[in-house]
Amino acid sequence: MRPFRILLAHELRMLLVSPATYIAATLFLLVMGFIFAGILETFAAAPQQGSPAAVFFQLFWLPVFFMVPLLTMKSLAEERRLGTLETLLTTPVTTAQVVLAKFFAAYSLYLALWAATGGFFYILQRFAGAAQTLDYGPLIGGYLFIAVSGLLFVSVGILASALTRNQAVAGILAFVLLLMLVVGTRFAGTLEVLKLDHLTALRAAVDYLQVFTHLEDFTRGVVDTRQVLYYVSGSVLALILGILGVEAKLLHS
Amino acid sequence: MPAVAPAPSAPPPPPSAVSATPPPAIVVRDLVKTYAGHPAVRGVSFEVAQGEIIGLLGPNGAGKSTTLRILTGYLPATSGQVTVCGIDVASHPAEVKNHLGFMPENNPLPEDMRVREYLHFRGRLKGLTRRRLGPRLDEVIHLCDLGRVRDRIIGKLSKGYRQRVGIADAILAEPPLIIMDEPTIGLDPHQILAVRDLIASLRGRMTVLISSHILPEIEMTCDRVVIVNQGRVVAAGAPAALRQEFFGSGHYELELAGPLDELPAVLAGIHPRLSIASPATPNPGSASGASSASVPADPFTTLRLVAPPEVPDLREALVKALVDEPRFRLRSLTRARHTLEEVFLAATQAKAA
Repeated sequence: MRPFRILLAHELRMLLVSPATYIAATLFLLVMGFIFAGILETFAAAPQQGSPAAVFFQLFWLPVFFMVPLLTMKSLAEERRLGTLETLLTTPVTTAQVVLAKFFAAYSLYLALWAATGGFFYILQRFAGAAQTLDYGPLIGGYLFIAVSGLLFVSVGILASALTRNQAVAGILAFVLLLMLVVGTRFAGTLEVLKLDHLTALRAAVDYLQVFTHLEDFTRGVVDTRQVLYYVSGSVLALILGILGVEAKLLHS
Repeated sequence: MPAVAPAPSAPPPPPSAVSATPPPAIVVRDLVKTYAGHPAVRGVSFEVAQGEIIGLLGPNGAGKSTTLRILTGYLPATSGQVTVCGIDVASHPAEVKNHLGFMPENNPLPEDMRVREYLHFRGRLKGLTRRRLGPRLDEVIHLCDLGRVRDRIIGKLSKGYRQRVGIADAILAEPPLIIMDEPTIGLDPHQILAVRDLIASLRGRMTVLISSHILPEIEMTCDRVVIVNQGRVVAAGAPAALRQEFFGSGHYELELAGPLDELPAVLAGIHPRLSIASPATPNPGSASGASSASVPADPFTTLRLVAPPEVPDLREALVKALVDEPRFRLRSLTRARHTLEEVFLAATQAKAA
C-alpha cells in the first residue's frame, strides 16, 4: 500500500508540474465553454424541453472521445518506451500498484477537468440572476454520471496504454474502444437481428449497456445500482486486463 | 529429548543473525531463458561471494542483460535457479528487490524530473523513510559528484551525468548487492575513470556485479570475471588466473638481431620445450625499409617465444644465453602480458565453434 501512495503522489505531482496538463485543461475548458454558450443561446432563443445542464451533459462523449485517450495514452506506453518501467519494477513495487497509480492519477485529472466546468453553472447562476434557470437535480446527477462512467472510460484508456509502447497506437486504441463502448452499443441496440424472439435476452443485455440511457437516468435523478455496478465492474476488468497486459509483455518479451 | 543442548551441535543461526558464513550474494544454477523459442541463456551457472566485484563479460547478444534482468526478478527464468543473498528470486521477487540496486541497460531515466526530485522519489519507493532519505540523498549526490546538477532536469543532462544519476539511484538505498548493466557505455575516458573509481569506492561495502564489453575497466575494478558467450559461461575466474588458463605463463617477447634460423638451436640449449610462437615480424622501418635510405635500417626483429606453463621462468636464462652468444644482439626481453581482451577473444572463440 505504501508504494502505491508514493507512486500516486508522484504521478499527481508530475501532472501538476507538467505544462501539458494546463494546456489540455485550458483547451478543454475552451471547447466546453463554447458548447455551453451555444446551449444557452438556444435556450435564450426559444423555450426548450429540460434544463441546460441536461443538454450539456448530453454532450459528455465529446470530451470522453478526445480527452480520455490524450490523458491516458502516455501513462504506461511512455514508461515502457523509455525503459523506466524496468527501473520502476525492479524496486519493491508490483505491477498492480504501478497500473493503479497511473489510473487514479489520470482519473483525478479527468474529474478535476470536469469539476472545472462547474464554473460555467456558477457564472450562469451568478450573472443570469434567475435561480430558476439552474436546476440542481440534473446538475448533480450529471456530475455523478461523469464520475461513475469516468471510472470505466479512464480505465479503458489505461488498458490501451498498457498494451503498446507506442503512444499514438495507445491513443487510437483507446479512442476506438471508447467509441465501441458509447456509440457501438447504441448501434447494436438498433440492429434488426436483436428483434427476433429468441434473442430477447441478448437485447435486454444490450439495452443495459446503453451509455446514453444511463446518462438520462442519472440526470433524471435515478441512480440505478446496476448501472453503477456496470461501470465499476467494467473498470475493474479493464484494469485487471491492463495489469495482465503489462505482465504478459514481461513474460513474453 | 529436547533438553538444552551443549555447544557441539550448534543450532542453525536465525537468518537475520550474522552467521559465520554469510550466504553468497548471488547463486545462479543452470539458468536457461528462451525468448519465443530462441535461447538467450542456456545453462549459465556462477556464484558471487559477498563483497566481491564481479564483471560479466561477453559479446553482444551473449545473454548478459538477460541474466542480469533475471537476477533482479524483472524477467522470469525459463528454468534454473537463482538466489540473491540466500533468497530465491522466483518465489520471493519482492524480497529480492529490497536487497539490490539495479541500473538497467541504457540507464533509462524520466526526462522531465529534476535530479534530486528523481532520487527522492526513488528513495521513497525503495522504502527509505523521509528522515533517513534526506542525509542519504546528500551523501549519494556527493559520492556521485552530482552536486552541480542536483536541481537540473534529467532530460537536459549530458550522458556522463545521466549515467551517474543511474549509479546514484542504484546505490541509494544501500542494498547489499548492486547490479549494473553496462555502466560505462558511451562515456568518454575521463568519465569511465570516474565511474570506475566510484565502483571501486563501493568495494567492501557492497557486492557489485557489472556487465560490460569494454574490457580494460573490468580488468581494473573486478576481482573476478565471468565470460559468457552464446548463452553459456565459457570462462570464470580472476583476470590473472584466466590469463594463466588460456595462455600459460611462458610467453616471452624479445627484440633480437642476428641469424634467426640459428635461433631454435640456441633455444633448445636453454630449455628443450622452448619454441618460437609467432613468426618474426620485422620492426617498422627495418628490413624492407632498408632500400629507401630515408630511415636507417633497423636490424632488430620482434619475436615471441612460448614455453609450456609448467616450465619455470626462463627470462634470466634467456638473457644469459643470448648475451653470451656473439651471433645475436638482444635489445629487449619481456614476459608477455596478455590483456583481458586477448583472454576474452580466446575464450569466446575457442568455444564458439
